[in-house]
Amino acid sequence: MSAPLPLPDAPEARPQPRNPADLFWSFTWLALQGFGGVLAVVQRELVEKKRWMTNEEFVEDWAVAQIMPGPNVVNLSVMIGDRYFGLRGALAALAGMLTFPLLLVLGLALVYAQFASHPAVAGALRGMGAVAAGLIAGTGLKLAAALRKHPLGPWLCIALAALTFASMALLRWPLAWVLPALGGLACVLTWRKIAP
Amino acid sequence: MNALAVTLQPTDWLNLFLYYISISLLAVGGAIATAPDMHRYLVERQGWLTDLQFNASIAIAQAAPGPNVLFIALLGWNVGTNAGGAGLAGWASGALGMLLSMVGIMLPSTTLTWLATRWGHRNRERRSVRAFKQGMAPVVIGLLLPTAWLLSSSHGNPATDWPLWLLTGLCMLLVWRTRLHLLWLLGAGALLGALGLV
Repeated sequence: MSAPLPLPDAPEARPQPRNPADLFWSFTWLALQGFGGVLAVVQRELVEKKRWMTNEEFVEDWAVAQIMPGPNVVNLSVMIGDRYFGLRGALAALAGMLTFPLLLVLGLALVYAQFASHPAVAGALRGMGAVAAGLIAGTGLKLAAALRKHPLGPWLCIALAALTFASMALLRWPLAWVLPALGGLACVLTWRKIAP
Repeated sequence: MNALAVTLQPTDWLNLFLYYISISLLAVGGAIATAPDMHRYLVERQGWLTDLQFNASIAIAQAAPGPNVLFIALLGWNVGTNAGGAGLAGWASGALGMLLSMVGIMLPSTTLTWLATRWGHRNRERRSVRAFKQGMAPVVIGLLLPTAWLLSSSHGNPATDWPLWLLTGLCMLLVWRTRLHLLWLLGAGALLGALGLV
């Protein structure tokens, strides 16, 4: 299995994972920080700290991970791992994303019965839930900066994002309708804009 | 969690595995979207789990770090321990249930994603591939906010639970505008909650 060359069109050398083990531990570290979803942490670690990818690349990969069936962050780890080390990289990233969190969640389930009714534990979980909501919203605002260079222009992008929010959060339409309809519209508009 | 004694034949284990294989490709938009169907199958139809076990599995996986799909591992673990009874046999049986569930839910979708990624990467200069990846960006960003909204709406009434809403808003600004480590924010949230301040 030959690994695809990592980003041959990159304008300058940029940081990359050194080997599959580096991928495994990077994704383990990501996953263990990700309370209430791993997305915010992935953006922070891979884009801002490690600089393996830009915000624009991250949004593109995230879009594909989201539209494919299966858990989004699992898809994302497979995609990123495969880019650097082929199948070995994909499996290393996937294993990193799942192994230690799995053991942790199992441990939590085993002690859950003893502490579930403790008010401080319930309060701590509530506080962390509120923080998690803020993390996701803040990441959304940060990624929106990637839209500035978008072929459709910022205003059309904001309108599409707002329509998506309204149909999901306010109208409560199922994702299986919203994603193909609005996503399809956005793709067709972009396709026309980037005509060679 | 209240245990439930069930007996699983080899064909039942196979059915558990095949069930997850069968819903894997339907889980567009995250595994949590298929949770209602899992409830129908595991709790109502097969009677392998109690309602309480089902709900606790989801709650624990949401509270713990890591991908939320791990709730499926906990469901599998509980099915296994219900069948295996107490002690070491229960743990072995739980591990088997967990393994079958996780491999079942992930094998088809992850293989498909992997193949599609390779195809997309080889054809990344094609206009259609570029249009798809770039065109989806605004929609995908728009999708993040409903998730945050959904998590926030479990805060309850803004008039009485305003500290929780304030905490969420503050975290949003801090993540957007600063590079503060996310674990500090989560730790602060846990502390404020444990002290009963939010």
